[in-house]
Amino acid sequence: MIRLHTPVKDSDIKKLKAGDIVYFNGTIFTGRDAAHQRLVNTLDKGEKLPIDFHGQVIYYTGPTPAKPGRPIGSCGPTSSYRMDAYSTPLMKEGLKVMIGKGDRGAEFIHDMIQEKGVYLQAVGGAGALLSRKVKKSEVVLYPDLGAEAIYKLEVEDFPAIVTYDMHGGNLIVDEVKKYQTKQLED
Amino acid sequence: MRNVDLGLITKTVKDLALDANCEIGKSFLDVLREAIKKEKSEIGKNVLEQIVENDEIASASREPMCQDTGMVVVFLEIGYDVHLNGDIYDAVNEGVRQAYIEGLLRKSVTKHPITRGNSNDNTPAVIHTKLVPGDQIKITLAPKGGGSENMSLVKMLIPSDGVPGIKKLVLHTIFYAGGKPCPPLVVGIGIGGNLEKSAMIAKEALMRDIHDINPDPVLEKLERELLDEINELGVGPMGFGGSTTALAVKIAAYPCHIASLPVAINIQCHASRHKTSII
Repeated sequence: MIRLHTPVKDSDIKKLKAGDIVYFNGTIFTGRDAAHQRLVNTLDKGEKLPIDFHGQVIYYTGPTPAKPGRPIGSCGPTSSYRMDAYSTPLMKEGLKVMIGKGDRGAEFIHDMIQEKGVYLQAVGGAGALLSRKVKKSEVVLYPDLGAEAIYKLEVEDFPAIVTYDMHGGNLIVDEVKKYQTKQLED
Repeated sequence: MRNVDLGLITKTVKDLALDANCEIGKSFLDVLREAIKKEKSEIGKNVLEQIVENDEIASASREPMCQDTGMVVVFLEIGYDVHLNGDIYDAVNEGVRQAYIEGLLRKSVTKHPITRGNSNDNTPAVIHTKLVPGDQIKITLAPKGGGSENMSLVKMLIPSDGVPGIKKLVLHTIFYAGGKPCPPLVVGIGIGGNLEKSAMIAKEALMRDIHDINPDPVLEKLERELLDEINELGVGPMGFGGSTTALAVKIAAYPCHIASLPVAINIQCHASRHKTSII
């Protein structure tokens, strides 16, 4: 069992291998399409990011509103490939860990390895279950975006599985191969 | 002629939206539980167990099973002998608005596809109407998630492509979608009609009960064959690899032009949410 505390250290990421189950503790940030676009627009204008992402984790999710007495609503991962176009500039600003669902493009994987980052998946569609791992949440940026705002989450043992590691390991390719008994025709 | 009060439509839509988002239903849960037993991958099994646990939590504590509470699709089957005292589309959207605001569901609809901006109440719904005999209104409501909808498509095949062409298109679509549409899936397929008809019947096919059997023997055979072949692709639960990529294939057909063979594939994630009520 691997437990990581945020912000993560480069040495922590180096140890991770595709297939490892990691439990995150501490602060993680949420972000999805609209927030990513704004962050990258900020960089494109030559301005500084409003959040220091060094060693940080971005979890691709847009939660439902919290019920009274609960820290957050349902908060499962959204598809990560939509963030591919924005991830490289953020990794260049120190972002190390991305959590979402689904596979991502070859260009992203290349850049992630170069920037010594890691991509993990949480279980898609398990939003109610994952909400139990979040102890506190607050909107810290772009409140006008509603569910797409950037939230700061305090998590305890938030589970995710290493999908692409910095050594080139690729869980999806390895695992699918094991169970594929029908090849696609060209 | 029967008068139906629009307030009743609004209330019914609201209740269906709340219910659909929190209750996957016993019938579908049974299929997921059965899949755990059959899944060959250990990771896959674990993912399916988490999905079942998630759906049980959602049902017990009445909260959305998935944070993507969808854009709402509503099918209205309106009897010829029904009289309405106003705009039924407004009444449906009011029901969606109330459910998503009062029920703390996520607002996932933009005001405009290009300039974006959130409509903040999850309206408008996508509403389809059909006129049918009788004096009742049947409402089927489905909160449809973006992840699985994004992996859906329509392709205009030609007659010479035939069944092999249809299968090839489906298998490619499911394989390259991988974990993005949140498998295990229900795959809705519309064959025939024209561009929009194929998409419509594919969506309608997703509203069928998970256990039902297609009355058309040609389609029933194709459903069985495609389900097996999809599950041989190895994509597995959430794309982590495994033998459970789809739980069901539901196909609908419609006559088409002599030059055409339209095929629409509408993908449904494992949060297969649809509820029906008759007024």
